[in-house]
Amino acid sequence: MVSEISPDLVRHLGVLARIQLSDEEVERLTGELAVIVDNIAKVSEVATADVPATSHPILLENVYRPDETGDMLTVAQVLQNAPDAADDRFRVTAILGEEQ
Amino acid sequence: MSADLTRLTAAELSARLASGEVSSVEATQAHLDRIAAVDGDVHAFLHVSDHALEVAAGIDRRRAGGEALGELAGVPLAIKDVLVTTDMPSTSGSRILEGFMSPYDATVVARSRAAGLVPLGKTNMDEFAMGSSTEHSAYGPTRNPWDLDRIPGGSGGGSAAAVAAFEAPLALGSDTGGSIRQPAHVTGTVGLKPTYGGVSRFGAIALASSLDQVGPVSRTVLDSALLHDVIGGHDPHDSTSLRETWPSFAAAAREGATGQVLAGLRVGVVSELPDSGFQAGVSASFRASLALLEAHGAEIVEISAPHFEYGVAAYYLILPAEASSNLAKFDSVRFGMRVDVPGGTVEDVMAVTRDAGFGDEVKRRVILGTYALSAGYYDAYYGSAQKVRTLIQRDFDAAFERVDVIATPSAPTTAFRLGEKIDDPLQMYLNDVTTIPANLAGVPGISIPSGLAEEDGLPVGIQFLAPAREDARLYRVGAALEALLVDEWGGPLLDRAPSLRQAQGPDRQAQGPDRQAQGPDGGAR
Repeated sequence: MVSEISPDLVRHLGVLARIQLSDEEVERLTGELAVIVDNIAKVSEVATADVPATSHPILLENVYRPDETGDMLTVAQVLQNAPDAADDRFRVTAILGEEQ
Repeated sequence: MSADLTRLTAAELSARLASGEVSSVEATQAHLDRIAAVDGDVHAFLHVSDHALEVAAGIDRRRAGGEALGELAGVPLAIKDVLVTTDMPSTSGSRILEGFMSPYDATVVARSRAAGLVPLGKTNMDEFAMGSSTEHSAYGPTRNPWDLDRIPGGSGGGSAAAVAAFEAPLALGSDTGGSIRQPAHVTGTVGLKPTYGGVSRFGAIALASSLDQVGPVSRTVLDSALLHDVIGGHDPHDSTSLRETWPSFAAAAREGATGQVLAGLRVGVVSELPDSGFQAGVSASFRASLALLEAHGAEIVEISAPHFEYGVAAYYLILPAEASSNLAKFDSVRFGMRVDVPGGTVEDVMAVTRDAGFGDEVKRRVILGTYALSAGYYDAYYGSAQKVRTLIQRDFDAAFERVDVIATPSAPTTAFRLGEKIDDPLQMYLNDVTTIPANLAGVPGISIPSGLAEEDGLPVGIQFLAPAREDARLYRVGAALEALLVDEWGGPLLDRAPSLRQAQGPDRQAQGPDRQAQGPDGGAR
């Protein structure tokens, strides 16, 4: 498997990850990720169709608890670290841009 | 007097606290003095508590009132900054969380407080625990007390350096791919990654949720066991927490120290990790420890773990994938940094904030994880990595049919120089080659000091791995080898660490070789 890490792909990944990468960062990450991806692609050498995937190291059972409220935070606690808040709510800038 | 109290192990200190010979206020003051004296150089702490003495006085009062207190009551504790605390900021080493005050305590912190431990402060770490050197901390690196020009390991370099520099007898750490064990290796200290689910992750700022485990950091095996007894056990707040009844790890360590556990103990050595893969002094120290174990009745058995070599590759797919998801919460809306973008939408603000608030390594891994999870690549990368996880578990299963524990050197090299690997992410990732398999498989691992490397005089650690849920076995075996080695050395390995320069006080001139060597950013806070 040969990776195809290009500046355009890295810029697109930045959009998906909500990180506005500078051109300098895109260039540097393109080079670094190409090297890293070439190395980690070796997982496909042994990951044959007959091997089941493991998502979790220890087998878990579903966990239930009584449907009772508890461990509540107050509104003040929830908002105490908010960059901006008003009227007991988080305040943000415009949700939609002009073209939307 | 003060200096002596910082040299005691947690077990020794707790005995003196219980007998009334020493108060918690005295012990806490001694460690605060030590932090004030040496942490300008070491930079193990991001924040030092301004009310530790108050907490200590409260413990002293309760003890004086005849209250039955836990064994570690009154003993100071350093807390890795990945664990949230209500009374101190929690940043996980990131600029994006600068000044964040949690409305609740992590379960391990709450349990430590309930047991009477005295939180001293929050320790430095690679940003969001991504790294092996603490150089990726947004607040400047921690320095290795053995050589201030070298890394203390990572991500938990602050916790390891704090105990190695006698700034705290105990610390809490977290280990996603070796972040407790590799710092222990390079600082001549002890650290254990519990079985996945053995210790609550509630309130540990998540890096990779299927790999993260919180665990103890200390100077002796018994001290780690005592702390593990406090923090371990089922927590309904963590859906991956195991509902086990755990044995006393302290009892296991005390039993292990008698050495009887070594008679007939089968110790596996991985044939796919040849000596050639390690620095010569690391291999030599490892082999010497194996010989010592053998001389005391253990049987050294060669085992095969053919898929361990794929561990690093699988890890650097699974971790970035999970991290890219976990770090989505840093959205500039609910907590953390927000960068003002005039006229910008919430999405613009988010993207600019995350670019400004995340460091280079975090961006690297978030972008890598986003790539690994994206349509068209998911099966080839993330899916394959999950299969490797199965194969590594099978390697462990097969090995543990033949041996009781597996031994490896804890890391390939001794502490490298600050800056040496910072520009080569791949080289940095390879530091974790021996520690990663345990996280992928969920099994416990301990690192204890095995000696100093001949060529550079720096500490080396030996790692033991046991089957899932057999953490007590690691305390038994670790304590047994520790007792033999300390006996052979004529005292703890840390006795050989150079004295640190004292920032103030009458003994400043008497501290041996001048420790002024600093990088350009020396002492940055």
